[in-house]
Amino acid sequence: MEAFLVTMIVAATPLLLAATGELVAERSGVLNLGVEGMMLLGAVAAFAVALSTGSLAAGFVAGAAAGAGAAALFALVALGFTANQAATGLALAIFGTGVSGLIGQGYVGNAIDPLGPLVAADSLPDHWLARVALGRDAMVYVAIGIAVAVWIYLTRTRSGLKLRAIGDDAESAHAVGLRVLPSRCAAVLFGGACAGLAGAYLSLAYTPLWGENMTAGRGWIALALVVFAGWGPIRVIFGAYLFAAASLAQFYGGALGLSIPSQFLSMTPYLATILALVVISAARRGGAAPAMLGLPFRPTR
Amino acid sequence: MLERRVSPSPALAVLSPVIAMALTVLAGFALFAALGKDPVEAMRIYFLSPFTDAYNRSELLVKAIPLALIGSGLAICFRAGVFNIGAPGQYTLGAIFAGGVALHAPEGAAMVWLLPACMAAGFVGGMLWGWIPALLRVTSGANVILVSLMLTYVAQLLLDWLVRGPWADPLAFGFPKTARFPDGALMPNLVAGTRLHWGLVLAVVAALILWWMLARTRRGFGIRSMGLAPRAAAFAGFSEARTITFVMLVSGGLAGLAGAVEVTSTIKQLQPDIAAGYGFAAIIVAFLGRLNPLGSLLAALALAVTYIGGENAQILLKLPKNAAFVFQGMLLFFLLACDTLIHYRVRVRRVAGGA
Repeated sequence: MEAFLVTMIVAATPLLLAATGELVAERSGVLNLGVEGMMLLGAVAAFAVALSTGSLAAGFVAGAAAGAGAAALFALVALGFTANQAATGLALAIFGTGVSGLIGQGYVGNAIDPLGPLVAADSLPDHWLARVALGRDAMVYVAIGIAVAVWIYLTRTRSGLKLRAIGDDAESAHAVGLRVLPSRCAAVLFGGACAGLAGAYLSLAYTPLWGENMTAGRGWIALALVVFAGWGPIRVIFGAYLFAAASLAQFYGGALGLSIPSQFLSMTPYLATILALVVISAARRGGAAPAMLGLPFRPTR
Repeated sequence: MLERRVSPSPALAVLSPVIAMALTVLAGFALFAALGKDPVEAMRIYFLSPFTDAYNRSELLVKAIPLALIGSGLAICFRAGVFNIGAPGQYTLGAIFAGGVALHAPEGAAMVWLLPACMAAGFVGGMLWGWIPALLRVTSGANVILVSLMLTYVAQLLLDWLVRGPWADPLAFGFPKTARFPDGALMPNLVAGTRLHWGLVLAVVAALILWWMLARTRRGFGIRSMGLAPRAAAFAGFSEARTITFVMLVSGGLAGLAGAVEVTSTIKQLQPDIAAGYGFAAIIVAFLGRLNPLGSLLAALALAVTYIGGENAQILLKLPKNAAFVFQGMLLFFLLACDTLIHYRVRVRRVAGGA
């Protein structure tokens, strides 16, 4: 059980980071489907920098920068050129997969010392809960901290209120003098930096090595997670842990003597997401989704 | 500054894919130079090697078949403003349905009907997977993009379970795959000595039918109106719900047909990897083909070049398989940016009064 919880926490962290970033972008009305590509670029940049400098911190910074850089490309095409956001995001996902494979080719087979626990095990109270909850690496807590900070920002600050207004009705927000495109751009860059951090976590703490396509669909799962959480940052935290537990269930299901094929257990997060989507959409027509999600905006006056 | 044109530029609408392809080659050149690889050699392998000999040229068509089938269906879907990105899942379901028919056909059944039955089953499987997001969208307003994407994973896991579980070949020594399909279920070759098969004819016929439907029928007019002006289309009596359902059924069905064609021609069995990535690449095909089913045929060839070029680069330059995605991603980026210039012109001068 202890091992399961530890694995769950570690598996949830990249999902939480990426989903929190995407949530901010989506609350500003921008649907960036390129999370998978941004994560891969973050992972390879982080690994390359950490390997050459020997500093994991520099690696995480490089990962976030690479993710934000990729997001800037998305912002240029989707916001600057008002292109279809879903198609642009898809282009980013495809592009990121390719570029990360090219850059990372020379790094396959290298290994680094992974990110260790924040607090050494021998200075922790001797209780299983303390070992599980407090003995993790720093990024586990950073991820939760970012999500809580985003919640405070969106619900308790003026700037967060403006961002939500832009996501719900860009025309009106523009009419009362809010700067729609710069705000959306900032939200997208923040989302990219978070996705880059999520990728960096995979290559510096989770595996810790670089492998082609190592995100293995986590970027897409993060997108699902945002929907599942109904665009709420606190619910994203719980959702990330739930998704991580569900994805691990396939490894533990057999041990518990469950006769359900592992593939069906793996399906549950996706089916649950569809169900959540239907329920929240039906409950409030349009749902909890930001009203202008995915719609381009170009100021006409 | 971007400034809206009084009317869209017809010249740019045609030129945009050409400009985007040229920019992709240029950017690829710069990228490979920046990464310290020989850019001239890389560009030659990616973009010219697929045309060098008859075998490569036939393989180009083989790769273009599923891309064209899916892309032409997506073209009408996007025309209606319905963003179906679940084509990989619809493709997978089509492959599963076709495989189910091929593997469970009774011994000694009339073999002539087996292949058409597989194709029909594939179409129905894809339609089913396309119908779910349409139904949920129409009844509860759930987002088509997200539901169709989620269903892609469900389809992949379903296939994985089938080939490892109930449909696994007992003689495969634990390898996750089914038995080889019976000969009657295999797509006959079109040209001897190549892998080019009759799927090509299906792709061309499908594109022609869709083009005719879109350009010449009332239904096609409804689809185009809904994409351009949803409210006007509704006032004109075109039901949004019926249009969404129709385009999702058609594009899902064609993606399913592509899956059925692919597993009965080049793969000849079911396995976890049946190249469902065509479903994403076909989105680029639809845009590159100007959301016109006939344009998708040409665009599918262009995308096929990146696939064959990528395979050749993998062998000759020892580049990773995913490197081909660099060009696919860049192509879509450039294309989307260029397409903006159909409706907007670039103004260098600041407009007086600050916009």
